[in-house]
Amino acid sequence: MHPAFSIIFFTSAAGAGYGLLALLGLLAPFGLLPASPLFGLAALALALGLVVAGLLSSLAHLGRPERAWRALSQWRSSWLSREGVAAVATFLPAGVFAIAWLFLGGGVAGVAGWITAAMAAVTVYCTAMIYASLKPIRQWANPWVPRTYLALSLMTGALLLNALLGVVGQASAWSSLLALASVALAWAAKEGHWRHCATARAVSTAETATGLGHIGRVRLLDAPHSEDNYLLKEMGFRVGRRHAVRLRLITRLAAFALPAALSLGALVVGPGALSGTLALLAAAAAALGVIAERWLFFAEAKHTVTLFYGAGEA
Amino acid sequence: MTSLPNREPGASRLGLVIDLDTCVGCHACAVACKQWNDGGHMAPLTDTDAYGSGPDGVWFNRIHSFEAGTEQGGCGSRTTNFPRSCLHCEQPACVTVCPTGASYKRAEDGIVLVNEDLCIGCKLCSWACPYGAREFDQDVGVMKKCTLCIDRIHNETLAESERVPACVMVCPTSARHFGDLADPSSAVSKLVAERGGYDLMPELGYEPTNKYLPPRPRPALALDERVTRDSANDDLPLHGLLKWADRILAR
Repeated sequence: MHPAFSIIFFTSAAGAGYGLLALLGLLAPFGLLPASPLFGLAALALALGLVVAGLLSSLAHLGRPERAWRALSQWRSSWLSREGVAAVATFLPAGVFAIAWLFLGGGVAGVAGWITAAMAAVTVYCTAMIYASLKPIRQWANPWVPRTYLALSLMTGALLLNALLGVVGQASAWSSLLALASVALAWAAKEGHWRHCATARAVSTAETATGLGHIGRVRLLDAPHSEDNYLLKEMGFRVGRRHAVRLRLITRLAAFALPAALSLGALVVGPGALSGTLALLAAAAAALGVIAERWLFFAEAKHTVTLFYGAGEA
Repeated sequence: MTSLPNREPGASRLGLVIDLDTCVGCHACAVACKQWNDGGHMAPLTDTDAYGSGPDGVWFNRIHSFEAGTEQGGCGSRTTNFPRSCLHCEQPACVTVCPTGASYKRAEDGIVLVNEDLCIGCKLCSWACPYGAREFDQDVGVMKKCTLCIDRIHNETLAESERVPACVMVCPTSARHFGDLADPSSAVSKLVAERGGYDLMPELGYEPTNKYLPPRPRPALALDERVTRDSANDDLPLHGLLKWADRILAR
């Protein structure tokens, strides 16, 4: 599948934003985050800024962005519509939580925070299900996709939170541990997804696509046109697959190994300028790593339409 | 509404039956489709750089050629021309994934259509279609697809014999048949029953309406021994001048 940068940025930025938003909503009511309104403002601005930037980027993918509001109408059948509804709906409790946390404190912030966290998780789940519900792409239509999306959202959110706490000199053992644990969880989920893609049998083949398998093995003799077309540009993308090994190495290093090592370092050196720098570097590495992961998620996905254009299986 | 309609009893299920035995791969269906639909319900079928070095454009029909039985060697394999277009599935995920309600399946005849005024061009329907039936029109910014020539088949200004899709109308070998596949007594349903018409990628569960008729079996040709014989070691039945030449050359 063609890795459109607007979609890569949307899923990774909004994922990180929702991850951070969920953690703020979960943890602030327990008094685990700094009480300074400046910290709250910065953290909320970062979380909601990433969400809004991601959603705006997703509009760039549309052929008719001015009609985007129509996408909120078909939530009964469409995961994309559900994602849109959930994204818009999350702003309500998030707004209440933001005002309550920054200005009022107390019970309202607690309830609104937890609802915000739940809604953020639902939104990320809906995003993942857009892909996991597509049967023609077996690398996507499996339960590892929502697991990976949720875990990576939590991971990037936790790394951002640790970095924010580090910047204001309030990084603590628990926030570094949380970052470390979420990296381990996301790494395990991503390896599980890759293993599933490598071992699960292809469902469809050139033989089932043409129905000519009863004669024998099927190969393409002539394509319909001598030039590229929409189907091949959108569904037959091959560049990423050629660099898959190197991109997986980049993902393993930048998204998982480096953030884990840097978070562990922050944990070991204890609160201070050094641990803050390490936590910031961990978040920066993860940003790069998650973009590489998302690029691969698209580039390695193989659509069944390629069976009509010379692929043996998909 | 992108939820699928409930099928009313007696509703027709219009579609195509494509005969892979008689298709000669002339692309006339693709061209006639392009010609009709460029002015039809889904118009325009935009082309870009049509006379340049990288021509591209929207087509509802694309004709592939496959070789089946590649492992059989010699004359054992079959070349099959393979027209590919929208199959107007009973379980069209292209409709249910649509976030805006632009994609819909008609309850009365099962045709899958796009309302271009509602389409936001998110391309998700083209990802959800296993068969590559939907193509994005980058000029208009919306998705395009086969309408089963809805503006021909129900068009009372046309002579009754012409109320068939353009691809069916034009086919010089009658490899394309149009009719009601919900009616077991229709000509297309009988053809499917007689010839063993089948679904493409049935394992994905889309339940396509269109059926494909397999190439008819034919006697397997033995490899011709005039081609395969190793003449250097043969005792050829030679006489006269040829026998003399053979003896001279063999020295």
